[in-house]
Amino acid sequence: MARSIVQEFTKGLWDEVPPFRLVLGLCPVLAVTKSVENGIGMGVATTFVLVCSNVLVSMLRKVIPAKVRIACYIVIIATFVTVVELVMQAYAYPLFLKLGIFIPLIVVNCIVLGRSEAFASKNGIFRSLLDGLGIGIGFTLSLSALAAVRELLGTGDLTIWEKPIRVLGPSFQPFSFMVEAPGAFVALGLMLCLMNLVGKK
Amino acid sequence: MREMIKMLIVLTILATLSGGLLAAIRDNTKDRIENQVLEFVKGPAIRSILEGATNDPIADRFQLKVDDVERTFFVGVMNGEPGAVTFETSGKGYGGDVGLMVGIDVKNSQIMGVGVTTHAETPGMGAKAKTDPSFVAQFRKLSIGEPVNVTGDGGSINAISGATITSRAICSATNDALKIYEKIKPQLADKLKEFK
Repeated sequence: MARSIVQEFTKGLWDEVPPFRLVLGLCPVLAVTKSVENGIGMGVATTFVLVCSNVLVSMLRKVIPAKVRIACYIVIIATFVTVVELVMQAYAYPLFLKLGIFIPLIVVNCIVLGRSEAFASKNGIFRSLLDGLGIGIGFTLSLSALAAVRELLGTGDLTIWEKPIRVLGPSFQPFSFMVEAPGAFVALGLMLCLMNLVGKK
Repeated sequence: MREMIKMLIVLTILATLSGGLLAAIRDNTKDRIENQVLEFVKGPAIRSILEGATNDPIADRFQLKVDDVERTFFVGVMNGEPGAVTFETSGKGYGGDVGLMVGIDVKNSQIMGVGVTTHAETPGMGAKAKTDPSFVAQFRKLSIGEPVNVTGDGGSINAISGATITSRAICSATNDALKIYEKIKPQLADKLKEFK
């Protein structure tokens, strides 16, 4: 089951897209997808952490003793998450206010640890980089797609660059259930169902 | 035994490097983060109180110790004179502390205005203190000589309907601010001269 280098990247976009195919990392998926902007912000932050930690774990894979590998991965991941948190506070404070606690929670996101453990610790640096990038972009796209569905149905707007754009016309009655927490589960379930229908062979 | 030592060494080196990297990044972003917090959390209240100021109140800030508490004061320069100062106090609201920025017009001994910064009040009720400008507008131009109160307590402020506790919290925060101002008036006057 050796994959080509291109496949390492593209598998994250469809075959192994985290929230829908692996159904992993659902905490941020459900919590921050109230608006497209939050979804993209969270996705980019996670992608950065994924890529950096994948590369570093792969670089150090021969140095890290097997018995303390999880502790080492967590140190690496937590470092990059804190970097993201500090940089986001300094340069994108409004976004930081909206994502709040979910940024530090990337540390315990099982996608990141999962990629380190399952992929980067066994593969070379370049492949790990592509893997992290692919999974990260897949994660970002899934978050944005889910957020777009929820925001569109829930408010009738799409927020891009902090400006809500009216998409569904003034007569649209917002379906505010969709931006509430239960709406996240419903939207995720429906999208999973749709993806399985499309992916069925 | 050798494996044990290797584990110790690897983890120690990793944690040390991580600590060093984070300390460096923190050092480089600290000032910017502080500015961003002021700008986005307290900035809107400060700017609405000090409307028409020709300086940047957030950049022109200084700290003074009042009763062992370090407080930050923001200066507003109006018509070429540093005639207004705002600082933050808080009152006990329904959902916790309500942070209030209070502006004082030094020259006319009036309240310049107040504005809610942080709160956890009920949306649509107490939260109106922040979202509905007509409530805080009542504080404008009140004399700093006497305490402010809601009408139910014998004062002149009309409470937000359904949110008496929040309204009282804001009055008490304002009164605290007036007391603090009385205490540090001389020090403050000296400090303000520096901004001419």
